[in-house]
Amino acid sequence: MNGMELTTLLAAVVAGAAPVIFAAVGETVTERAGLINLSLDGSILLGAMAGFAAALYTGSVAAGFAAAAAVGAVVAAVVAVTGVYLGQSQVAVGFVLTLTCRDLAYFLGNPLSRVPGPQVSPLPVPGLADLPGVGEVLFRHNLVVYASIALVPVAWLLLYRTRWGLAVRAVGEHPAAAYARGVDPRRVQLACAVVGGLLVGLAGAAFSLAVKPGWGRPQGAEGMGWIALALVIFGGWHPAKVAVGAYLFSLLQVVGIPLQALLPSVPTQVFQVAPFPLMIFTLWLIHLTRSEAVERWAGDRAWAWRLVHALRASAPRALGKPLSRE
Amino acid sequence: MHIQLVDIHKRFGAVHANRGISLSVGAGTIHGVLGENGAGKSTLMKIVAGFLPKTSGEIRLDGEAVSYRGPADATRRGIGMLYQDPLDFPALTVLENFRFGLETAGRDPRALLADLAGRFGFDLPPDRVVERLTVGERQQLEILRLVARNVRTLILDEPTTGISATQKDVLFAALRRLADEGRSVILVSHKLEDVQVLCDRVTVLREGRVAGEAERPLRTNDLLGLMFGTVPHPPPRCENPAGTPVLRLDGVSAPGGRAGLRDCTVAIRRGEVVGLAGVEGSGQGVFLRVAAGMVRPRRGRVLFEDAPLGRRAAAGRVAFLPTDRLGEGLVPGLTVREHFVLRLPRVPFLLDRATAGPDARAGIDRLSIRGTPGTPVEALSGGNQQRLLLALLPERPAVLLLENPTRGLDLESAHGVWRELQRYCDAGTALVFSSPELDEILLAADRILVFHNGRMVLDTPASRTTPDELARAIAGLGTGAAA
Repeated sequence: MNGMELTTLLAAVVAGAAPVIFAAVGETVTERAGLINLSLDGSILLGAMAGFAAALYTGSVAAGFAAAAAVGAVVAAVVAVTGVYLGQSQVAVGFVLTLTCRDLAYFLGNPLSRVPGPQVSPLPVPGLADLPGVGEVLFRHNLVVYASIALVPVAWLLLYRTRWGLAVRAVGEHPAAAYARGVDPRRVQLACAVVGGLLVGLAGAAFSLAVKPGWGRPQGAEGMGWIALALVIFGGWHPAKVAVGAYLFSLLQVVGIPLQALLPSVPTQVFQVAPFPLMIFTLWLIHLTRSEAVERWAGDRAWAWRLVHALRASAPRALGKPLSRE
Repeated sequence: MHIQLVDIHKRFGAVHANRGISLSVGAGTIHGVLGENGAGKSTLMKIVAGFLPKTSGEIRLDGEAVSYRGPADATRRGIGMLYQDPLDFPALTVLENFRFGLETAGRDPRALLADLAGRFGFDLPPDRVVERLTVGERQQLEILRLVARNVRTLILDEPTTGISATQKDVLFAALRRLADEGRSVILVSHKLEDVQVLCDRVTVLREGRVAGEAERPLRTNDLLGLMFGTVPHPPPRCENPAGTPVLRLDGVSAPGGRAGLRDCTVAIRRGEVVGLAGVEGSGQGVFLRVAAGMVRPRRGRVLFEDAPLGRRAAAGRVAFLPTDRLGEGLVPGLTVREHFVLRLPRVPFLLDRATAGPDARAGIDRLSIRGTPGTPVEALSGGNQQRLLLALLPERPAVLLLENPTRGLDLESAHGVWRELQRYCDAGTALVFSSPELDEILLAADRILVFHNGRMVLDTPASRTTPDELARAIAGLGTGAAA
């Protein structure tokens, strides 16, 4: 593979990861506050459909993104209100919403199937786009991709370097303690669900208006929500590590195309499906860092010790368990 | 601040936890609230701190009747509480815990924390994750945080549970300092000695009511009489000559806890009662788990009756009761009878009420557990859970390992547990127990091992040591060569 092809491939990885990053970082914010929004897979599809429809009827791509974000926020708000205020199971509500949103998207989107519509136009960054290598990989995309790249440091900054982020993490760890300090954990969880839901909705519009423009059945975003949910765990609820996972997943998908050309004897389905079991394998490797045997082995090697500790993560302690006062 | 509680009632469904409690706490005093488990102390204090709403009654602060919407309202009025289960954030750092919810009025929280810690003589590294602190250090952090929020009344719910004697001295000095500054302190405890050392005035609660009040000098028998109606007798000591070695640790190192266990060599003899002393997490927990065969040593050997201890080798002969009764010992959600079913050597496919029912009933009678075979274990009180664990033990274990067996139990329940344990000892079982209370260790053990930072630093017969020597060893100050 020569240098030309490599930059093209990496550019495709960066572009393809954009929607997954929106969804996974959004879910990271939600779960950091202790709430599980399991409806991702359906929300993304419904957001994709609503975003495409709104953009088609108004002629404005921005209106499409706004509509998609609103849809994601509303679905997430349903999970938060039923789960936190009404004491229902977040898992059950989220799962039912996944199925409902998916069917709703296909049903309402039926008239839009295969209709040509607007899409986000490319916007190379003046000056930077002409840099050798880096220019093509990072700076010849559209606003959606730039936003996905910027989202990661912004989310990290908000979660780890601000008063708000401290409240979010504190609520996810111990809602009763946050309550004792005068912070209403339910309000924080609702807010985080809505913010996370906005991003999940944007992920949907990123598909239907940028990555795979248009609407149809299948749309092409199916299964992405589950991957995003897995990435949150893989990334240890940390936006930067979650983003690394998203790029890794995108890479696994993109390399399938050149590999297929190199290995014509292997059925094409193998390359389409390969990213999923590879994700499970990676999750298992991450999990290994928690085992005693690995700890013992790494104990005598400074570099391994640091690696194991960087990879190791634990869930927000109150994940899925809202405030109860005995 | 002068706090008055007038006829406070609190109901949780059918349970009437506070039944018309009135009491008054003067400004600048240290007021004790004493009572056995379940007397309603914690509930009452959570009401004063705004964490729980009261069913009826009135709270007056400096003569003014107040009502709160939540703990934040109480804090704003100057009342802060140190909860029994610490309400902090173990995964966050000391500084993050300190600053969350704090209005610092433009002051740098890091400087403020360093300033306050210096004033009280606490050593709290601001960037350390709180789960790596000891229970005592977590309390110190909470106290600093509440002082930074300018509380004028500080409530502490069972603050001496799980901290070392040294940390207790530091805590009490800090509380006296707060009282000298004109703040009020309310100390909730079931431990007489804490209240006697520290408090000016004591209110004793029994079964949700005020049983009486007492002022300095606080006499032990008066307080016990108020708490229990009668004064309980201390349990008899087991007087057994120690027999042949039954369990041997040979140069054992193992991971776990804060410090792990390092290079431990010791032999436990038949019929011996061995007390493990030390600051929580200094190696006692790992020692017990290694001896029970639950943690495999990284180095060294564990021998039971001269054979290597395997997972099954000593089945039924070495028994271990962990301190977290509901977390590690029992299965929450299952009934007493179902626990006896799990113990059967062969569990039949179909379970009916007769399966292990007689066993359960016999166990309940033998240990006078307050409950029925159908009671879910989480509905039992702490003392009854501990008695159930004892009832579930194999008939005649050779070694019985107990991690803080009287944790959270009041005097009467604790004595009951010890009376039962003495029966095992009389039958030749070796008892090895850890406890944060030196008094308990001196009262029950005939041999004492002291742990500091993962190492066993002292091994002495109880009759040939002093509380002073033990305290020095616990603090790691060493006894000659062991330093």
